[in-house]
Amino acid sequence: MSKSVLGLFTDANKAADAMDSLKAGGYPLGTFDVLTGTPYPEGAFGEHVPQHRLFRFPAFGAIIGFTLALFITSTTSIAYPLVTGGKPILSLFAMLVILYEMTMLSAVISTVVGIVFESRLPNINPGAYDARITEGWIGVVISTDDEQASHAASLLESAGALEIKQA
Amino acid sequence: MQQRRTIDQIHTNRVLLNGQLDTPKWWAPTVIGLGFIVIIGFLVIGIMVNKGLGVTGLSRPVFWGLFITTFVFWVGISHAGIMISAILRLSQAEWRRPVTRAAELLTVFSLLTALLFPLMHAGRPWRIVYYILPYDFARGIYPNIRSPLIWDPVAISTYLTGSTLFLYIALLPDLGNLRDRTSGWQNALYTVLALGWRGNPRQWKLQTVGGILLSALMLPIFVSVHSIVSWDFAVTPAVEGWHSTIFAPYFVIGAVHSGVSAVVTMMALMRWLWKWEDFIRPEHFDALARLLIVVATGWLAFTFLELIFAVYGLDAPELALREMQIFQWPWWLLFVTFVLTGYVIPVGMWLQKRVRNNIALMFWSSIFVNIGMWLERFLIIVPGLARKTPFVYTWESYRPSGLEWFILFWSLTWVTFLMLLFARFFPLVPLFEQKESQTFGDSIKIGRARVPAILREAD
Repeated sequence: MSKSVLGLFTDANKAADAMDSLKAGGYPLGTFDVLTGTPYPEGAFGEHVPQHRLFRFPAFGAIIGFTLALFITSTTSIAYPLVTGGKPILSLFAMLVILYEMTMLSAVISTVVGIVFESRLPNINPGAYDARITEGWIGVVISTDDEQASHAASLLESAGALEIKQA
Repeated sequence: MQQRRTIDQIHTNRVLLNGQLDTPKWWAPTVIGLGFIVIIGFLVIGIMVNKGLGVTGLSRPVFWGLFITTFVFWVGISHAGIMISAILRLSQAEWRRPVTRAAELLTVFSLLTALLFPLMHAGRPWRIVYYILPYDFARGIYPNIRSPLIWDPVAISTYLTGSTLFLYIALLPDLGNLRDRTSGWQNALYTVLALGWRGNPRQWKLQTVGGILLSALMLPIFVSVHSIVSWDFAVTPAVEGWHSTIFAPYFVIGAVHSGVSAVVTMMALMRWLWKWEDFIRPEHFDALARLLIVVATGWLAFTFLELIFAVYGLDAPELALREMQIFQWPWWLLFVTFVLTGYVIPVGMWLQKRVRNNIALMFWSSIFVNIGMWLERFLIIVPGLARKTPFVYTWESYRPSGLEWFILFWSLTWVTFLMLLFARFFPLVPLFEQKESQTFGDSIKIGRARVPAILREAD
């Protein structure tokens, strides 16, 4: 059974020490993390720098949006071929406006999906957490099995955690 | 950032969440009062739909009047959000922090309001579905995509959807904060909305990178929207004063002028109502005023370019229109008021440091701008239609009815009502941005002076 152990700190240096202790204690990267109420400079806690593929999402969305817009504008124009103001049935400038907007809309929507997905949200089982993290405290959290939980807690405590919580 | 001072995170939470956790006494009576006007407004709109557009002052040849003017006005206001939020985010301007959320919110609510006006203007709003959505498969009749009246809803709904999503993504960390500070049904609501936000490095990184990426995507949309709104007029060769090649950039810069001014109005109100003196400081108004001087002057250049191009060709109908707009009663009075309130008075005020740092004066100058910008749209739309043109045998001036004026007033009430309702449940100033500013802030000694400094990451 997996357990989540959280050590709470008020000092960023001690939280960074706790991360180092967990690394030195043999816990694999990805099993422990640092929780803060505000962004810190990347690598402030010696944490694993997260990799993401967010930039692929808008490109993918833009292709989908453009294709859909091209389909809608051209097929509806051909299906109801009403000549207006002497303009061609497939009037390129008019189509461009809609192609542009739908391409951008789809790119934005897919970017938002990408942000949520790459942030690993929605997170239904968030594990150990403390409301004081959004008041400036720093949490170092580790997911481990029952047997290792007390060892992880002792590492956090020895690094200077003011409080330990388990879930 | 000389006025910046160190504020701990507990104090930041307590002050900036006072609208949600400790509702101010004025909130309920104000919202009830505004809500009453909002309901009356919907009843008035209902009467108009029932009786038809005969209850307005619209008549041949002026069929675009106060409603379309107000539609363009609200689309203009909506440009505040992305202008402030996206450009300042991309340029990592430090003073953006207390401004972005309010600006994005103003975008969403003013766009929602703008969308109501073409619906009302249609007289029979449900019929708009016929010409916008490609759904009539049975009869094989589809929208005419060559009409700018199709481009408009496509552009505005893109902008509205994008802005709403942008607002939500930037709200996620603060929703997590609210979840941590509430109990009962409120906690349940924020837990669902926060999607399990915890604030780990991955989530913060995605928040930052995503914010920049969305800003970069929203900027071209923001430019396209008011360009397309301007094409409602610019692609109409039959009306003098409308058929202009510079309308797209002219409308965009005008929109930025009115939108950023509306942000100034809103920030002053936020500072007074929620007592956020520590967070919304005179230096923010000073920065906005400097930006507005540049934007307003750019806009003025376009205003004169538009007039110069119109009269340079010595085209008789165009000259007659301009003469009517600038010299004939009552248009000249509107024109003079527009120039004075849209540029001369506010820019004259902003050029003085004393005014830029005085919140009350900044508030009134921003109100002046929006009076002027509303008049600008009215002067673009109505005179061109009201003027006698060849082969038109009905012409007269346009007098908006009391109902139209009430709906204009109602729209201001409606936006304020939505803002206050939002402020009851969600913070108007991004807390995590304020805290980030504190985390990344320090002070350095230069000679004998100690000055505040902000750390900026390389990428």
